[in-house]
Amino acid sequence: MRAGWKAVGAAALAGVLMATGCSGGGGGDDAGKKVEIFSWWTGGGEEAGLNALIEKFEKDTDYTVENAAVAGGSGTNAQAKLQARLEAQDPPESFQGHAGKELQENIEAGYLEPLTDFYKDEGLNDVLPKELTEQSSTDGEVYSVPVGVHRSNVLWFNPKVLEEAGIEKPPETTEDFIKALKAVKDETDAAPITLGVQWTADHLLENVLLAELGQEGYQALWQEDADWDSPEVTKALEDFEEISGYAETKGGDWQEAAQAVVDGDAAFNVMGDWAAGYFVNDLKKKDGEDFGYVAYPDTDGTYLWLADTFTLPVGAKNSEGTMEWLKLVSSKEGQDLFNPIKGSIPARTDADPEKYDGYLKWALGEWSDAKLAGSYWHGVSATNRQKDSIDNAVGNFLSDKDPDALQKGLVEAAKNP
Amino acid sequence: MRKARDWLPGLLLVLPSIILIGIFVYGLIGWNFQLSLTDKHLPGPKPGEFVGLDNYVALWELKRWTDSVWNLVVFTVVFLGGAMLLGFVLALLLDKPIRGEMTFRTVYLFPMAVSFIATGIVWRWLMASDSAAGLNGLFGAVGLGALVDGQTWWRDPETGMVAMALPAIWQLAGYVMALFLAGFRGVSEDLREAGRVDGATEWQVYRHVVLPQLRPVLMVAIVIMGHMSLKVFDLIVAVAGNSTVAEVPAVYMWKMVFDVRDPAFGASIASHLLLAVAVLVIPYLVWNMRNERDSS
Repeated sequence: MRAGWKAVGAAALAGVLMATGCSGGGGGDDAGKKVEIFSWWTGGGEEAGLNALIEKFEKDTDYTVENAAVAGGSGTNAQAKLQARLEAQDPPESFQGHAGKELQENIEAGYLEPLTDFYKDEGLNDVLPKELTEQSSTDGEVYSVPVGVHRSNVLWFNPKVLEEAGIEKPPETTEDFIKALKAVKDETDAAPITLGVQWTADHLLENVLLAELGQEGYQALWQEDADWDSPEVTKALEDFEEISGYAETKGGDWQEAAQAVVDGDAAFNVMGDWAAGYFVNDLKKKDGEDFGYVAYPDTDGTYLWLADTFTLPVGAKNSEGTMEWLKLVSSKEGQDLFNPIKGSIPARTDADPEKYDGYLKWALGEWSDAKLAGSYWHGVSATNRQKDSIDNAVGNFLSDKDPDALQKGLVEAAKNP
Repeated sequence: MRKARDWLPGLLLVLPSIILIGIFVYGLIGWNFQLSLTDKHLPGPKPGEFVGLDNYVALWELKRWTDSVWNLVVFTVVFLGGAMLLGFVLALLLDKPIRGEMTFRTVYLFPMAVSFIATGIVWRWLMASDSAAGLNGLFGAVGLGALVDGQTWWRDPETGMVAMALPAIWQLAGYVMALFLAGFRGVSEDLREAGRVDGATEWQVYRHVVLPQLRPVLMVAIVIMGHMSLKVFDLIVAVAGNSTVAEVPAVYMWKMVFDVRDPAFGASIASHLLLAVAVLVIPYLVWNMRNERDSS
């Protein structure tokens, strides 16, 4: 009988062991000529682009780089690790982050040095679009240096599916877009539009908001006296309801939803321009044949942007090394080296267009004279708290399909940013 | 008074673990509670001011929090009920000497060796909207396709959390089976024989002889499964990513701490989780200690 209970005990213990995990921590390093660069770029073009920068940096200067990239979870693992290091006052020489309010808590916590003087000294104010610097500034100071820019408002489509549905050209207005979605639904077996995990709906929402409110109206949403209760927002949310009503929701992250378009299973997908690299490099699809792209309807001429940037943390052991690194990433040479590999465009307006082809060539052309609006989902316009609250409201909308409740949620989210 | 030679070596032996557990378990629990009572809503070196239970009150006023608690309740009830029932039935079947018992036991226990992340990713595919594969494909193949209508199972606002419990049941039913099987085997064969001699049917033997002696097993199973369920995080994230419809308190806590970067608010959610687990575990420990005292 006793032996029986021992078995129960052993099984119980096994359960407890299984339920607990353990994790290890990293260590610190000596200063000197070492520059530690922290990022979540551990694969594909991102990693290759970063490595190209590092190689050039080590050749041009006598610093060595420690590449402290943390893999996984589109940056969430890296964020957790980074926060722990900042908290412990053991920052890397520079870390990667999106431009704008995503850095807000780090700025308020006093983790970041302002780089306004660096912009002046390096003449960046002359070569970076004025709106870019304005929209990523906090109280008149800028805290990070952009290396590359992505675009959020891109409508990807499958030309063959559009043809089958009798749509002559990709839609330019929201009205045409909704008509096109209906045509695809009625005329073909393909899904009119696809969504992936919840954040892809947030991504769609920022596009719909920009389309309805225009660049100025959209930008005003992120100011202190923003009016989320306006009839324009109501109209945008009605559009959002209608468009997302046509959506087929795929199981995976954004990739699966985007892939449906190039595979011919769907007509449209709204996703940032990192999808181009995924289509061409990973899926081996042909630009113009398997997929096409236009600016999201009613947003032509506006670049709903996000940017990868590098920072100067307070208390970096080797801040001269950081400055050298920032000089490289903000230089024309550095940006023209990094961006064609990563699949983004340079933030500088004086880049060499010869180095970019396919989608990037088109994007670069659009960038040079576009109005700029900051993506909220990708960190430019909304603080992390507001973004999280918006995401929660969008998540509830996906369940209850109630645009009034969504608008209330958005108003609420703006109150405590 | 006893000589130091009697107790000192023993104390020295356990002292390192007492100190480490004291700091890293109880010390950090204390620190978490302290943090949850402050207004430290930003990262950084600046300490927060003491605000009493403000964060706790604020939490219960949020629909998001009550939604996530409700999700967890549904998950826990379905998971506990399903795993216990299935595990019990499996144990019952294997209790009879049958051929290949070892094989069955191993097969049923195997899922437990898989991490929740792997389980979650596989079940995300199984429960996906794709009507040609996974569970939807299965329903379609037997002519019940209309019942599921190409839906992603866990996304349903009403029954999503019930679907979410399926992978957890799949994973842990075998473990419950092992617990119950050990329990069955712990009941002396003499007692069963005595019952049979008195004319009890097999069912009555289980009902009146075996089951009453399984209370400890039942307690162990409920406590272990229950505390795993309350803390569930990895399975949810692996299946649903960051989705509001499947948000549970542990996911909410993680988002508050690492996405929103609000340490105090995250700590108050963590405190709720700890208290919920304590409500489950402490009565068990008390009961266990009393039993051990009685039997010694």
